[in-house]
Amino acid sequence: MNSIALILGLPIAGFLINGLFGKSLPKSVVGWLGTFAVLASFVIALGVFNDLRLNPDFQNGLNFKLYTFLNVGNFHVDFAFSLDRLSVMMTLIITGIGSLIHLYSIAYMHEDEGFYKFFAYLNLFIFNMLILVLGSNFMMLFFGWEGVGLCSYLLIGFWYKNAEYGKAARKAFVMNRIGDLGLLMGLFLIFHQYQSLDYNIVLPKIADGSTSVYMLTAISMCLFVGAMGKSAQIPLYTWLPDAMAGPTPVSALIHAATMVTAGVYLIVRCEALFYLSPITNNVIMWVGLATSLLAAFIGLKQNDIKKVLAYSTVSQLGLMFVAIGCGAYTAAMFHLATHAFFKALLFLGSGSVIHAMHHEQDIRQMGGLKAKMPITYITFLIGTLAITGFPFLSGFFSKDEILIAAFEHNKIVYILAVLSATVTGLYMFRMFFTTFHGTYRNHHHSFEKVHESPWQMSVPLMVLAVLSVLGGLLNLPKYLGEGVSHKLAHWLAPILPMAENHSEISHSTEFALLGVAVTVFIIAFLYTRFKYVSRNAVPESDEKTPYLGKLLVNKFYVDEIYDTIIVKPLEMCSQIVDSFVDSKIIGGFVSGISSVLLKISNLNKRIQNGNIEYYLTFMVIALALFLGFNLLF
Amino acid sequence: MEIIILPLFLSVLAAAFGSKVNKIVWGALSALTLIAMIWVKSNLNIQNDGVWHTTFDMPWFSSGIHFTLGIDGFTGLMLLLTNILSPIIIFSINRDKQKSLLPLILFMQAALNGVFMAKDGLMFYIFWELALIPIYFICLLYSSKDAFKTTIKFFIYTFIGSLAMLASLIYLYLKTKNHSFAYEELLAVQLNHIESIWVGAGFLFAFAVKIPIFPFHSWQANTYTHAPAQGSMLLSGIMLKMGLYGLLRWYMPIAAESISFYQPIIVTLSVIGIIYGAVIAIKQNDLKRLIAFSSLSHVGLIAAGFFTLTEIGIQGGILQMFVHGINVVALFYIVEIIETHAGSRELSGLGGLAKFNRLFAAIYLIVVLGTAAVPFTNGFPGEFMLLKGVFDYNTISGVFAGLTIILCAVYMLRMYQFSMLGESKTSFKEIGIKQLWPLIILVAIILVIGISPMLILDKVNPSVQKIMLEISNSKGVLS
Repeated sequence: MNSIALILGLPIAGFLINGLFGKSLPKSVVGWLGTFAVLASFVIALGVFNDLRLNPDFQNGLNFKLYTFLNVGNFHVDFAFSLDRLSVMMTLIITGIGSLIHLYSIAYMHEDEGFYKFFAYLNLFIFNMLILVLGSNFMMLFFGWEGVGLCSYLLIGFWYKNAEYGKAARKAFVMNRIGDLGLLMGLFLIFHQYQSLDYNIVLPKIADGSTSVYMLTAISMCLFVGAMGKSAQIPLYTWLPDAMAGPTPVSALIHAATMVTAGVYLIVRCEALFYLSPITNNVIMWVGLATSLLAAFIGLKQNDIKKVLAYSTVSQLGLMFVAIGCGAYTAAMFHLATHAFFKALLFLGSGSVIHAMHHEQDIRQMGGLKAKMPITYITFLIGTLAITGFPFLSGFFSKDEILIAAFEHNKIVYILAVLSATVTGLYMFRMFFTTFHGTYRNHHHSFEKVHESPWQMSVPLMVLAVLSVLGGLLNLPKYLGEGVSHKLAHWLAPILPMAENHSEISHSTEFALLGVAVTVFIIAFLYTRFKYVSRNAVPESDEKTPYLGKLLVNKFYVDEIYDTIIVKPLEMCSQIVDSFVDSKIIGGFVSGISSVLLKISNLNKRIQNGNIEYYLTFMVIALALFLGFNLLF
Repeated sequence: MEIIILPLFLSVLAAAFGSKVNKIVWGALSALTLIAMIWVKSNLNIQNDGVWHTTFDMPWFSSGIHFTLGIDGFTGLMLLLTNILSPIIIFSINRDKQKSLLPLILFMQAALNGVFMAKDGLMFYIFWELALIPIYFICLLYSSKDAFKTTIKFFIYTFIGSLAMLASLIYLYLKTKNHSFAYEELLAVQLNHIESIWVGAGFLFAFAVKIPIFPFHSWQANTYTHAPAQGSMLLSGIMLKMGLYGLLRWYMPIAAESISFYQPIIVTLSVIGIIYGAVIAIKQNDLKRLIAFSSLSHVGLIAAGFFTLTEIGIQGGILQMFVHGINVVALFYIVEIIETHAGSRELSGLGGLAKFNRLFAAIYLIVVLGTAAVPFTNGFPGEFMLLKGVFDYNTISGVFAGLTIILCAVYMLRMYQFSMLGESKTSFKEIGIKQLWPLIILVAIILVIGISPMLILDKVNPSVQKIMLEISNSKGVLS
């Protein structure tokens, strides 16, 4: 049977079985069924990957058409898929990390009454995410794009009895829809220009350079608006921190490793388009940079362990967009992969902590957990080191590649990106030390009861820790030897025909930049260690945070600003239109006509009063007029 | 012919024995029409080649006036919609005292089938008015005193619209060679510019009130709110499709000379209506009012799509007529269940109903998603095509119309949240599975069309080609 059909079919089968019958199945069956559905997809994807790697006849990948979705006039779209080098990479990340997170959820969600629903939604998410990356045209991408948005909505609001969570879920869906409108307009423009939505037809036509740069800029800006929504960039990023209302495995899978990187995938997929739109590239670079810095600074003052990681995700996504803006598409994909490893690890680690602490998420209520949770501690440490750029861990290489690309492109961007990396180090170690070092500070829940998580949770942590350490192997820099370096760049080269892969930077400059990166890491590490370990400081309560800190605690008041300038006016507009325009003006106009008619009829009624004298008078007047008229003309 | 006679006959039966027989029997009998329709269609061996085949023809009181019925893909789809929804609407009757609605609904079913099949201008008008009579009584029968005023308003408003259409039809009749109301004869009439604008105005006024197109909608929200659930379903699910049907089948080919004059006006009004309805829906508290304004928003997009005169817009519009009928009836059905089981349909008094019945929560969610046009539900393909049509016609209109995908998500999810999620404020009586079956059928339709819209589009495609050809023949408006 067709591998693509299997890769897609297994998760949807899992969704259907668990969704329809899960209620009456035992939890263990539900959990393992969901997990194996994704794991099996992963194994099949590995097989395809191997074929792509070894078999030269297989270079164009697999194509698979299921049926014709729409065929109207000249508009034709197939429900079709293709598995090429880029999509197989995404598929491996999605199903690989996906199956680990499914396994983790078996233990994490064990107590939950909606257990089967949770696994059904997770499988549905995997299915939609796979449609997004495997689709062979923009319509399929849009299908998956909206589909993952829906799953995200369902899973953020998973604990539906909490109205706040529901609000967060709706916020995520609506903000994503704003981006989706941009994407949709981009699709219409693409079809208008190229009469097709197929990658295989559209992308070569873009690459041949015959399209005007205005059109390309318009299309690419529309697509980027879509990416802003999904990948949480300024100004559409505020939904992602709120999305932490969902269960922690969801945050790890959807809001860190996979869905939020869809924007990056989209742009890398349309490399030719963005390569030829310099204006859009600049916009992407600056938006990415601003997002990265803003989120990193906000992360400095957050005390909810998941909120810190959420802002960290926004910040890292910003870095990926900086890479794209600088034309370093491979670096963006590289960072996408390593970020998926270490951010999933960190989220799952935080989940393990939250699990042990009975749903406490405030790091000020933790402390000294390393003694009780050795596996979580060590794996979390690895994740923290990876994201902050400890030499030779995955994040070190991928972030470095972005920094080098920025350095080549624009020195100011480089400096600001380094600043963002520094702040990353500060907030990550602040969180890490406050959680695992120092003394235990929670009075509601005794330290004795804190426990290490069961194996279903610790195994994924260990696997992801290994990946976070070794992830750099994907795309080692050149100074480590020609033979082993730039594997990912070579792998993606056929997908990225336009981007030039030669770096003009000399080895000595490169080492100098590495030195900067390592120095920054050491400064962040030592400062936070001094503050939170040696001096045993605890982050102060929100009210006591002074001036600038207050601004950070309140996330620059962006939510409040949106509320004041968009939400409130829209609601007010709704009420005014309903109670005034609709009922008074439009409704009033119609009633007005009828009351005028009524008045006329009343007048008429008065004339027809049955009084003979009246009638005779009118008759005489009428006759006189008639005669006079005849005489005069 | 059978398709009209059967429900008419049933309606007489129901008037006689309605209260003695279970509503399920009546629902099943009403569904018979659907079977009859499929039987007729397969028996007649009609090719789906776009031609509006005459299936019944009988001269009436003058040589120019015939009782002519016809069927093609477009009519077929509308008949399908009417005869799927009518039994479901009958099933939704759950209070015994409402049994006198039965003959009215069946009579309505007959009249609606007639509207969609009539191939003679006068027949079209007669069925059009016939459909108004039962709905008037349905709206009036079980409602408060307050409702009397709104119902009268609705009746007079739409009646004036119908008269305008009659005037146009008679004018056309006088212009035909042999003084005939036959569709083909009316098509052949050549109008000069001024004539076409007046004739067009008559049609458009009737249709714009019925659809309704902004700003002719002021009867809608109050009528929906005051009418019993069955009335709201009939009105929004099928009856407003009469207006859209008339637009495409009668107005556009017959008064094609005036399209270029009205095109920018109607597209602009429709796009305003899309946003206008959606913005009002955002803060509604009464579920029925919310759906009324959401409906205004959705049909606005359909009307705009028709007037773009693009193939994708027209096909998307036809698909969306069917889809909107299914979704809006499902929504009103859900509201009816909520109102009878939780005692209120005000959002401020609801909440947390999901925990009482998971199946109901899932059905409701799918209907909400269908309305919000999420992929894999029926709302998506139609809305995509319509937006593309409007976008191709005019980029700015396309962007404004596109706002519906954001606003619709806002009000539909708010509706779901405040009725189903959060802390529960009321109790929720047990819902029997018997009551959910009609909804399950509708949900199945939502998913099937969402996955494979070509099932429907293939059927209507030839008719659309034919109608577009007729429009361009009448006046070279399509190049």
